[in-house]
Amino acid sequence: MLQLEKLTKTYKTGDQALKSVDMAVPSGQVVALIGPSGAGKSTLIRCINRLVEPTTGRVMLGDVDVTSLGAGGLRRERCRMGMIFQEYALVERLTVMENVLSGRLGYVKFWQSVTRRFPQSDVDEAFRLLDRVGLLHMADKRADELSGGQRQRVGICRALIQNPALLLVDEPTASLDPKTSRQIMRLICELCAERGLAAIINIHDVALAQMFVARVIGLRLGEIVFDGPPDGLSPDKLTEIYGEEDWEATIDKVEDDNNDPAEAAV
Amino acid sequence: MTAATHREIDDMLGTRWRRPPMIARPWLRWTLGIGFLAYLVAAFLSVEVNWLRVWEGLDRGGAFVAAFASPDFTSRASDIWAGMLESIVMTIASSVVGILISIPIALGAARNIAPLPVYMICRGIIAVSRALQEIIVAILLVAIFGFGPFAGFLTLSFATIGFLSKLLAEDIESMDHRQAEAVRATGSKWSQWIDFGVMPQVLPRLVGLSIYRVDINFRESAILGLVGAGGIGATLNTAFDRYEYDTAAAILLIIIGIVMALEYISGVVRARVQ
Repeated sequence: MLQLEKLTKTYKTGDQALKSVDMAVPSGQVVALIGPSGAGKSTLIRCINRLVEPTTGRVMLGDVDVTSLGAGGLRRERCRMGMIFQEYALVERLTVMENVLSGRLGYVKFWQSVTRRFPQSDVDEAFRLLDRVGLLHMADKRADELSGGQRQRVGICRALIQNPALLLVDEPTASLDPKTSRQIMRLICELCAERGLAAIINIHDVALAQMFVARVIGLRLGEIVFDGPPDGLSPDKLTEIYGEEDWEATIDKVEDDNNDPAEAAV
Repeated sequence: MTAATHREIDDMLGTRWRRPPMIARPWLRWTLGIGFLAYLVAAFLSVEVNWLRVWEGLDRGGAFVAAFASPDFTSRASDIWAGMLESIVMTIASSVVGILISIPIALGAARNIAPLPVYMICRGIIAVSRALQEIIVAILLVAIFGFGPFAGFLTLSFATIGFLSKLLAEDIESMDHRQAEAVRATGSKWSQWIDFGVMPQVLPRLVGLSIYRVDINFRESAILGLVGAGGIGATLNTAFDRYEYDTAAAILLIIIGIVMALEYISGVVRARVQ
């Protein structure tokens, strides 16, 4: 459903963030993208919805070549790609409801959004999503009154109300505590399964990625160096992605986590 | 770390530590310091004061200050009232018009959201508005439109644009781009992006600056009268011309009162809008 063909990104400074990346994500598949800081994970997912303009290569979403679209066409395709951000990126002075409804901006007219008179179907969907993530009672609170985990749930609602075919998720758990991180990852993966959404999740917590996804892609210096199931991540592979380090602890932790009684209770 | 820069802990222990000076080169540091002091002394010495003239002037100053003890609100009450009303109308009208024009110019003058040509034009407008001092603009506009508050209204609107656009544009430039990026990623149109991603971030600053500008515009309206652009300044000028210091004192007291009230209101509003 999503296909990247020889995608490269060279920044004005000359840094090659992506070196000819080829990958395909079928419908409904959730992929974790791991790699050290500066490997190009953020650049990669921002090139897909062109928040960052790719230098060469193609991004195919279904039969649409996203890279060749003009402004109007790009806006239409962005509607089909929900994005969830590191540190939430909610508009802090807007209410929770406004933040969720901002996911519909691509679908409504300017006068509808400026007067905050969204179609009733959008409002109902926003209520349903907030209820699904357990935040219905917070609808009229300002976004900056919420805790980190709550904000990320609102971020998830904002992405889902777009009714996307693909979720682009950039370090969703970067500033959350371990328990909340798991809850958020679980929520994202559950919602993807419920709605048959494909997702690309940038994440630097390898153990967390292994816990929730079926496919892991390892990125190093802008190149894909691993693509396979999470249990294929051997210490050798992790060393290839991240550099020399003792990986036994990380891999052991995954098994510990799976048997964690506290986790089962959450 | 190379051997040359490696600092052995045993050599360091017991040695004094001071914050590295802001200017590293000692000769430059001392030259700048002594040069500045020398200039300051020379500057003070170059200002001539005629102490005999000051002695004579103290009497006139005294008469002026004494008038404040007995301000006369009544004998020119209708003039004062008419001037004050004119000033308030000028203030409100020019603030509203100036702010409405400032907002699009501020958007254009923010480098992070406007393309370069638009940015240059808007920054140009701001530069012109800021370079021309109110009094000069007022003299020009009085020459064109004649005496009266219309020239004052135009002057203040023009000055508001330079002030508000510049400061608002700077606030837009320092906004959190991640919030704005998130709104853009939803597929929003430019206008919706401004409405949801940019405006909420800068609204408190816009409100605060607007109220502050109303305050400035009122004070300026008292000055513009001196060059014939209407308002309470014209009444004040007349009072001085007639040596009616008691009436002038009354006008100044009213201006001080209104400015203080505006100051208080702006404090309250700015605290509420966060």
